[in-house]
Amino acid sequence: MNKTLIVIKREYLIRVKKKSFLLTTILTPLLIPAILGAIIYFAVKEKDSAEKQVIEILDKSGKINFDGSSRYNYVYVKTVDLESAKLAFQETDHKALLYIPPFDLDNPKGFIIYSQSNISLSMLSDFKKGVEGKIETLKLEASGIDSATVANLRTNITIRSVNLSKSGEEKASSAGVTFGIGYVTGFMIYLLIFVYGAQIMQSVIEEKNSRVVEVLISSIKPFQLMMGKVLGIAAVGLTQLLIWFILITALIMAVLSFFGISNPSDMAVNEIMQNIPESGMTAASNNPEIQNMIEVMYDIPYGFIIFTFIFYFIGGFLLYGALFAAVGSAVDSPSEAQQFMIPITIPIIIAFIGLSVFILEDPDSTISFWFSVIPFTSPIAMMGRVAFGIPAWQLIVSMLSLIAGFVFTIWFASRIYRVGILLHGTKVNYKVLAKWFLMNN
Amino acid sequence: MDILQVEQISKRYSNHQALTDITLSVQKQSIFGLLGPNGAGKTTLIRIINQIINSDSGTIFIEGKKLKPDHIEIIGYLPEERGLYKKMKVGEQLIYFAELKGLSPTVAKQRIKAWLKKFDILDWWNKKLEDLSKGMAQKIQFICTVLHEPRLLILDEPFTGFDPVNADLIKNEILELRENGTTIIFSTHRMESVEELCDHIVLINHSRKILDGTKKEIKDKFKSHTFTVTHKGAITSLNGNFELIKQINLELDKFDTTIKIAPGVSPNELLKSLVNNTEVYGFSENIPSMNDIFISIVKEENNE
Repeated sequence: MNKTLIVIKREYLIRVKKKSFLLTTILTPLLIPAILGAIIYFAVKEKDSAEKQVIEILDKSGKINFDGSSRYNYVYVKTVDLESAKLAFQETDHKALLYIPPFDLDNPKGFIIYSQSNISLSMLSDFKKGVEGKIETLKLEASGIDSATVANLRTNITIRSVNLSKSGEEKASSAGVTFGIGYVTGFMIYLLIFVYGAQIMQSVIEEKNSRVVEVLISSIKPFQLMMGKVLGIAAVGLTQLLIWFILITALIMAVLSFFGISNPSDMAVNEIMQNIPESGMTAASNNPEIQNMIEVMYDIPYGFIIFTFIFYFIGGFLLYGALFAAVGSAVDSPSEAQQFMIPITIPIIIAFIGLSVFILEDPDSTISFWFSVIPFTSPIAMMGRVAFGIPAWQLIVSMLSLIAGFVFTIWFASRIYRVGILLHGTKVNYKVLAKWFLMNN
Repeated sequence: MDILQVEQISKRYSNHQALTDITLSVQKQSIFGLLGPNGAGKTTLIRIINQIINSDSGTIFIEGKKLKPDHIEIIGYLPEERGLYKKMKVGEQLIYFAELKGLSPTVAKQRIKAWLKKFDILDWWNKKLEDLSKGMAQKIQFICTVLHEPRLLILDEPFTGFDPVNADLIKNEILELRENGTTIIFSTHRMESVEELCDHIVLINHSRKILDGTKKEIKDKFKSHTFTVTHKGAITSLNGNFELIKQINLELDKFDTTIKIAPGVSPNELLKSLVNNTEVYGFSENIPSMNDIFISIVKEENNE
C-alpha cells in the first residue's frame, strides 16, 4: 500500500506541475463563460442594431391591418394589381411582399409571401401567426365580442411546483434547476472519464514502450502500479474539478459585486425586468417562476449532491480507469488501442445519451432506474437523478453495485495488465486477451 | 552460505518450454555468470528471481529463506531492455525508483548525490532524461540499479550500450561492489565480456542447464592438453607420450609447434624432452576461451 502511495504521488505531481494543466484548469472556467457571453453579446447587439426590415403588404381584403413592430416596417401597396405590385417590389430592396387576397373568414386561404432572397423560418412564422391572430380577432368580432373583451381573454399563468414530503414539509421544486444540475454533473463525469481515462492509457503505453515498466515491477507488484496510476490520475481530475468549482464561485461573486448586487434574487428580478419586452411578460409581478427558481436554488442539498458526485466520479473512474489501463497494457501504440476502446466507450456514450434523452425527462421511469443501478452506466445516469431526489434504497443499491462493479473491473483488468505490460510486438486480439486473462502468471 | 539457491525451477509458456528443472546456487560475494544463447531462458529465470513472474514449479531461496515480496529490497535488477522516464529529471527519477525500493527520500538524495559525484555528473540533477545521450542514460540506469545497496545485483547484458571507456568504469564499479560484499549475477550471451570477471558459470541452452562450475573447473574440464612451443629448428620426432598436432614455420628456422600430451603426463616431461632436442623460446598451454567452450557445447547440443 505504501508503494502504491509513492506511485500515486508521482502520477499526481508530474501532471499537476505541468504548465498545460495549469492553463486548462484556469482558462476553462474563464473561457466557457467568456465564449457564451460573447455569443450572447453579439446576438443581442445584432438584434438591436439590425435595421428594421421593410415588408410590403398588398391587402386585397382590406381587413388586415399591421402596425409597425420592433422588427418590421410595413408599407401598404396601393396598386390594385398583384402583377404590377410584384414588378414594383422587384425594383426595391424591400425584404418581402405579403399578398393577402380577398378571403372568406371561414376558409381563409391564398396568402402568399414573395421575397427576393430566401426568407427565414422565423419570419415566415411571424407572418403566419400575425395573420392568424388578426383573422381570429375578426372572427371573434364577427360573433359579437368586442376587441376589449378579446384583449382581456389573453391569459398567462405559472404553476408553482412544490415537493410534498411524507412529513408534510413543503419544498419548492423547479424542473429547470434540477435538470441543469443533473445535466452538468453527469456531463462532467462523462467528460472526465474520457479525458483522464485516455491519459491512463497513454501513460501505460508510454511506460511499456520505454521499458521502464520492467524496472518498476521489479520493485512493486503490477497491481500496485496500476492502482497507483488510476488513483493518481483520479486525484488530478478531482483537483481540477475543485479548482473549477472555486474559480466559478469566485467569478460569480465578483460579477455580483461588480453590479452592486448582494442578493441574488435582486439580480434575478432586474434581469426579468430587462427581459420583459422580449419574453412578452407584462410585469415583474408575473415572475413567480423565477422567484420559484431562486427558492429552489437555495433549497438544493448541495452537500448531498457534491457527495454523490464525488462518489460516482471516483467509482466510475476506478471502473473505467482500470479498463483503460488494461487496454494500454495490451498494445504498443495508441492507434492500435482503437479496436479495444469501442467496448469501453460505448457504455459511457450510451449512459450519456440516456442521461440527456430520457433520464432527465423522466428520472423515475423503469429505464432510468436500471441505468442508474447498472455500474457501467450509473456514474453518469445517477447524476441525472439525484438532483430530483431519489429513494434511499435505490441510491444504496446503486452505490453497492458500483463498488462491486469496480472491484470486478479492477480484478479483470489487472489480470490482463500484468501479462500485457511485459509483452512487446505481439499481435493482440480478443482471443489473446482471453488467454492472458486465464494465464497463471 | 549461498545467497541464492534455485531449485528445480520450471516454467512453461503456452507454446514453448522456457525453463526445465533448473537448479543452481550462487555463492555470496562472487560474480556469477548466467550464460546462454538468445532465447535460452536466461531472462525468464531472472524475472522469476525478481518476482516479476512466477515459476510453474520449483523453489527459490534468498539467503536461505524462501523468496518473498520483501526480498526485492535486497535485489538490484538491471533489465536487458533499459528504460527510464524520458520526461523526468535525473534527480527526481532516481529518488522515485529508490523510494519504490524502500529507501526514504532523504537517504536516497544523499546516495544519489554521492553516486553522481563519483561519476562526475552532479550537474545532471535537473536534466531531463530525453536530453541525455544513450551512454549517459545507461549510467543513470546503473545508479538506479545499485542505489538501494542491494546484496544481490542482477545485471542482464550489462555492457551493451557503453563505449569502452564507460564499460571499463562500470566494470571497476562492479569489482568494487563485490569487494564490499555484493554478489553479482551476470546474464549474457557475449562470453568475452564476462570471462575475466566471473568466478562461477552456468550455461543454459534450450531451457536446460548444460554446464555448471567455477571458471577454473570448466576450463580444466575443457582443456585440450595441448601446448604451444616456440623453438629453433623443426621437430621431427617425439616420444610416445606426445603427439605432434601441427607445426608452423614462423621465420627462418623459428617454429611454433602444437603438441598434445597424454593424460597424466606432466608438461615438465615434455619440456625436458624438448630441451634436449631444440632451443626453446616459448612454452604455453592452450587454454580454451569461454567463448570456444560455449560455442562448442551449444553446437554439440543443437546437433543432437
